[in-house]
Amino acid sequence: MPSSNALLHADKLTCIREDRILFEALSCQFNQGDIVQIAGPNGAGKTSLLRILAGLSQPFEGEVHFQNQPLHKNVELYNQNLTYIGHLAGIKGEMTAQENLAFYLAMQGLPPHAAEQTLENVNLLGFEDALASHLSAGQHRRIALARLWQCQKPIWILDEPFTAIDKQGVKNLENLFVEHAKQGGCVILTTHQDLAIDAQLVKTIELEYQLV
Amino acid sequence: MMSINIPSYRQAFMLMLKRDLTIALRHKDDIFNPLLFFIIVVTLFPLGIGPEASTLSRIAPGIIWVAALLATLLSLDRLFKADFADGSLEQMMLIPQPLFIIVLAKIIAHWLITGLPLIFIAPVLAVLLHLNENSYGALMITLLIGTPVLSFIGAIGVALTVGIKKGGVLLSLIVLPLYIPVLIFATSAIDTAAMNLPYSGQVAIIGALFFTSFTLAPFAVSAALKVSTN
Amino acid sequence: MWKWLHPYANPEITYHFTGKLTPWFTWLSIILLAIGLTWALLFAPADYQQGESFRIFYIHVPAAILSMSIYVGMAIAAFSGLVWQLKLADASAAALAPVGAVFTAIALITGAAWGKPMWGTWWIWDARLTSELILLFLYLGVIALHNAFEDKALAGKAAGILAIVGVINIPIIKYSVEWWNTLHQGATVSKFGKPAMSADMYWPFLFCFFGFAFFVAAVTCLRFKTEILSRNSMRPWVKALVKEEIK
Repeated sequence: MPSSNALLHADKLTCIREDRILFEALSCQFNQGDIVQIAGPNGAGKTSLLRILAGLSQPFEGEVHFQNQPLHKNVELYNQNLTYIGHLAGIKGEMTAQENLAFYLAMQGLPPHAAEQTLENVNLLGFEDALASHLSAGQHRRIALARLWQCQKPIWILDEPFTAIDKQGVKNLENLFVEHAKQGGCVILTTHQDLAIDAQLVKTIELEYQLV
Repeated sequence: MMSINIPSYRQAFMLMLKRDLTIALRHKDDIFNPLLFFIIVVTLFPLGIGPEASTLSRIAPGIIWVAALLATLLSLDRLFKADFADGSLEQMMLIPQPLFIIVLAKIIAHWLITGLPLIFIAPVLAVLLHLNENSYGALMITLLIGTPVLSFIGAIGVALTVGIKKGGVLLSLIVLPLYIPVLIFATSAIDTAAMNLPYSGQVAIIGALFFTSFTLAPFAVSAALKVSTN
Repeated sequence: MWKWLHPYANPEITYHFTGKLTPWFTWLSIILLAIGLTWALLFAPADYQQGESFRIFYIHVPAAILSMSIYVGMAIAAFSGLVWQLKLADASAAALAPVGAVFTAIALITGAAWGKPMWGTWWIWDARLTSELILLFLYLGVIALHNAFEDKALAGKAAGILAIVGVINIPIIKYSVEWWNTLHQGATVSKFGKPAMSADMYWPFLFCFFGFAFFVAAVTCLRFKTEILSRNSMRPWVKALVKEEIK
């Protein structure tokens, strides 16, 4: 039974992709103040797990609960509390860096003028008015991640957030995660790199590649 | 729990509408290509059938409407495909507002970009096809309420096929049969108008189709998108 | 409220249950069709207007009625699959689609064959034939969409949504086509109207209809079982089943 301060818990999740069982009867729980790294080799189902936790995919069996309520019963409340950034950055090439960020901030109810100072955090100052189609994939990712600095939502689900980010950027992000956890948030992420965060703060869920 | 003030449904709707219109205006191909397609398809008919005015004026309503169906179909891909490919669609599914608000905004933006220009160019093409003089009013009215129905129904088809790699032909297979009632009532309204008879009955039926698709399609699209992004 | 349904949400139980039903449906269909078709094609009286060609009625009308009913059944299954998240309901909708498409095609072909002696042409844009043709397009759309997805579960859901959208459209399409037909059809009066059936036509018709209906049930059961197996291929009970078969 999950303890009362569980923000999110997964109950016996089974995920099947193209006739292969990625994981079976997986239960885990995420509390306030947790930084959880989902680890495992490629193809072990890390992304699938994150997408199920974010409510984007349906598990074959099992259920995700948010504040002890099944996800499908309170999707809107859950989405008010969730930020998910996946493999794809969700950045439109036809809009400038600032417009892209401002759109996502506005959808969270934040003023668009916050976008400019936020871009500074991801080292994109000077690129505000560049069309995103002129920017690199790494820069797209940074625009997407920039909203985390303004984000007041407690649950962050991040799929490979450090891809194409330089060393300093990674350090900034890690600091942000620790800060977020200290304020009662919860960060769930996958990464191939070792986290330079105090090991006591980080929990790890290990997924194994299952041969059929 | 931290407090969050999320935008209202209306604000979210406007944000989405503004975003899609901005993108379309910066990517003008989206507006002009279907329009050009519409014009070319209509031009092909006199070339294939012969320039005789009486024949052309008899089949003009059908030609214009079939061309409008095809032009809409061609433009539908843009509705969700780009958003699906770059991950924006995923983000839209996670917005705290119900998905149908976002979907509604996107469909309306799509109609403003692709449906509305068709209506402006249609009278010119009607002249080329010797459409009966009495029919112009009916042509404009049926296009005005009929093309949004095409966008709404088409959106369901795109939402279902957006995750499929070669979804283009499949989309037309799914969507075109559903377009038949609009085609029948619209062309019949124009034919009736040519005979100087009242055509309000047909327009009322297209109006009913409009309200039905306006209220139901966004839900079907939302459900379909949830499957496609799974 | 739905507690009693719960065991049938288990694919293994449903699989065996369907397996028990299949032979019943098969035999009922064979017996009814044997009686019905012999009666209808050899012994029932010929129509006083249309002569022997009227006998095609005994195949055309059951096929036409079934083609519509199967679509509605498919949409109901898809709807319950969507609302109550019943995976098996999606599977049954997927099992029904090709069966319905075949019956639509039979209705179309027999309709055209009936048209030849009556109107001297294989095809006229008769309201019912046209609706039937559009129904075939709707079926083919559902099947094509189902085939386009790699993941069976997703395919079932997507095709289900399309089936529901289609079933809302069917009355509108039927109405619009009938309306279009009366508008454009001057002289040719449709002879597909309901003939006043006498009792010696009525009974063979009923036998044929239910014979075909049980045939649909039997084929659907078979397809349903296949769908269950292919969606649960990684389950131990399916593997055990396969091992037993190989022995």
